[in-house]
Amino acid sequence: HDSSNKRGLKAQLRKLIPCSGGRRASARTQNSVEDELELSAVRHRPEGLEQLEAQTRFTRKELQVLYRGFKNECPSGVVNEDTFKDIYSQFFPQGDASTYAHFLFNAFDTDHNGSVSFEDFVMGLSILLRGSVQEKLNWAFNLYDINKDGYITKEEMLDIMKAIYDMMGKCTYPILKEEAPRQHVEIFFQKMDKNKDGVVTIDEFIDCCQNDENIMRSMQLFENVI
Amino acid sequence: MAAGVAAWLPFARAAAIGWMPVANLPMPVAPTEKNKRQDELIVLNVSGRRFQTWRNTLDRYPDTLLGSSEKEFFYDEETKEYFFDRDPDVFRSILNFYRTGKLHYPRYECISSYDEELAFFGIIPEIIGDCCYEEYKDRKRENAERLMDDQEDNKDSKLPNMTFRETMWRAFENPHTSTMALVFYYVTGFFIAVSVITNVVETVPCGSSPNQKDVPCGERYTVAFFCMDTACVMIFTVEYLLRLFAAPSRYRFMRSVMSIIDVVAILPYYIGLVMTNNEDVSGAFVTLRVFRVFRIFKFSRHSQGLRILGYTLKSCASELGFLLFSLTMAIIIFATVMFYAEKGSTSSKFTSIPASFWYTIVTMTTLGYGDMVPKTIAGKIFGSICSLSGVLVIALPVPVIVSNFSRIYHQNQRADKRRAQKVQKARLARIRISKTGTSNAFLHSKRNGLLNEALDLTGSTEDERHHNKTTSLLESQHHHLLHCLEKTTNHEFVDEHLYEQNCLEGALQNYTSRSPSLSSSGGLTGTCCSRRSRRKSAHLPNSAMSPGPPHGLQELSAVHIHRSDRPPLSTSRSSLNLMPDEAMRLNCKSGQITTAIISIPTPPGTTPEGDGHGPPSPSVQTTAGSSVVKVSAL
Repeated sequence: HDSSNKRGLKAQLRKLIPCSGGRRASARTQNSVEDELELSAVRHRPEGLEQLEAQTRFTRKELQVLYRGFKNECPSGVVNEDTFKDIYSQFFPQGDASTYAHFLFNAFDTDHNGSVSFEDFVMGLSILLRGSVQEKLNWAFNLYDINKDGYITKEEMLDIMKAIYDMMGKCTYPILKEEAPRQHVEIFFQKMDKNKDGVVTIDEFIDCCQNDENIMRSMQLFENVI
Repeated sequence: MAAGVAAWLPFARAAAIGWMPVANLPMPVAPTEKNKRQDELIVLNVSGRRFQTWRNTLDRYPDTLLGSSEKEFFYDEETKEYFFDRDPDVFRSILNFYRTGKLHYPRYECISSYDEELAFFGIIPEIIGDCCYEEYKDRKRENAERLMDDQEDNKDSKLPNMTFRETMWRAFENPHTSTMALVFYYVTGFFIAVSVITNVVETVPCGSSPNQKDVPCGERYTVAFFCMDTACVMIFTVEYLLRLFAAPSRYRFMRSVMSIIDVVAILPYYIGLVMTNNEDVSGAFVTLRVFRVFRIFKFSRHSQGLRILGYTLKSCASELGFLLFSLTMAIIIFATVMFYAEKGSTSSKFTSIPASFWYTIVTMTTLGYGDMVPKTIAGKIFGSICSLSGVLVIALPVPVIVSNFSRIYHQNQRADKRRAQKVQKARLARIRISKTGTSNAFLHSKRNGLLNEALDLTGSTEDERHHNKTTSLLESQHHHLLHCLEKTTNHEFVDEHLYEQNCLEGALQNYTSRSPSLSSSGGLTGTCCSRRSRRKSAHLPNSAMSPGPPHGLQELSAVHIHRSDRPPLSTSRSSLNLMPDEAMRLNCKSGQITTAIISIPTPPGTTPEGDGHGPPSPSVQTTAGSSVVKVSAL
């Protein structure tokens, strides 16, 4: 604090006396200009269409359509978390989708570098839309497992549930109560946690989901999205 | 939904897989795309210039000409393109709106031609981006004023049956309307001038008798001056009373600046009449005569420029305040400095800091009377700094005031600011409506979905059902997504009416029956039962009400203007015995219910049974886009 204050004072004094500290000040501004340039120069060009075609299960035309939409919203080629939250929130005007968007962002950002490139985006979509049921369940487990340690605890599930309920917003019927997410988590754990050890592992999860008709059916719901 | 994010809808739908393991209910069926065609390029030929774009780009805004089926009217079979006989330059901005989601207003374009193009293509101007919106509004306002100026010039033909009072008022406000008004205008002007000159001449010393010193004319020719004064005041009084009589709103007239000036101008005379007998207060009486000089302000009715000057000063109040404040600061600083600098010197005029104020003011305004001069060297140095800084401090706010004056003068001082505020509110309101349009659209389509089911059950005609299938594929996919979310959390989206209704009923239940509220039990059990039981509970408040004047305790009433392209809620299961126009709206945040009588009228016979039997009819109004004014009273 003190040093920054002193620096500020000196800078102001220097400004009063003409052409004394001009050079030093410009050096400092130059540093910040370089920083800004670096930030704006974060541009990402995706790998070629052939490579993406090989890695994902989309056809060439589908990749083209996807990329056009992606680039339109994010001209720099990467989505950072704020833009992601913005975009996702537009689909849920009544509620607050930012928390769930945060978890979703972490699920898509597989290399955890803070930004989702087109490859990450398309890989995620490939699993979700063209993957096997096993892969989809795997992806969902990964989404719920916030700290990626292989176990879903009740707290993690509660966070996710609250995020989902936040998206509903205030004006719901019946009126959203405080305990609704918690009750929902209880039900979920009752169903999923077979050995009642308080956490859900990936095997319990996949097992249980495969035995549940509703879940199986709803997994096939979005086959024809692209 | 904004433009670019329409492309992300597939992503949002795919991400919805994350909700599936958590949900306990089965998901609704996804809407199928009937003829799924690959995205194709379409050619738009605008007066010879060809534009090409993807069909999906245009489909982003389905309520405009290009996004809807209206463009099929312009399709040319031979050349397989859409031909529009419009301006290609403006079309560029319009097409960019589809591409980027932001509408820009090009500065070189004429405002009325731009407006026409926007109207043709069905785009509301309120969504012009913030970068161009100021410019657009300014140009629009200038145009409107020009039109109004032209109109006023042609407005000389007055309405045949204006009352006498209205004619008089018009004559007062606008002296060019009739000869009588002009005569009146000049007569009052003349008498104002006479009165002012009299006041001035009164004090001139004229003719002296040899043994006395010069006597002011007022004391010499007392009677003459008194007669002149009386005549002027009588004219002014008559004028004021006539204006008061003719004013459309007397209270507002009496509060206006001009009438206050009138009153202040003639009051001293009357006070003087009353008080001539009393010698003690003659001193005060003399002071009152000073106010007669206010008569000169009556000239502002005669001069447009004076009025503009007054308005400028009023509108530059902040700059003037800044000027005053900075001057005060500088005066105090320099006076202090000069006082202490000159303290040492003998026979200094700077006896105290307030005494130095006078020196500082005179120096800063570069007057320099010379009655107080510094003698020490330090005093001279600081004195010179003082005069230099005075020039600066005064010169800074003056250009702002001058530019304001010229701007207002050129715009002829219309009530811009008041109109701009209203327009801003209207703009925000329209943008808000379009934003809530998505959530409303979803609720609308839900009702339509239920309406369709109800129609199925009653086996009514097909054409009513087709009416509702106009939502685009994009919208139906978005609605499907929201529907999935509803199923996951087992709660439904409702609009604000219903939400507040629920709040009200929840609170009333707590108040009357103290039974556990039924809404909480509706959580995980089937929603049907909860709805039916809720409906029964809604009758409770009615029966529990004590009779009394039903409308006597209604305090607030809000006029609600809806774009009712949605059928009223009585046909949907989730609304039951509600009519939004008669529903009471409580502020849910205030948790208190007083013993005010709140009546929820049940509309006779239009509430459907729980399973949708009975014709949902007379209240099914498939009104397309007409606005309905609904009054909701509290």
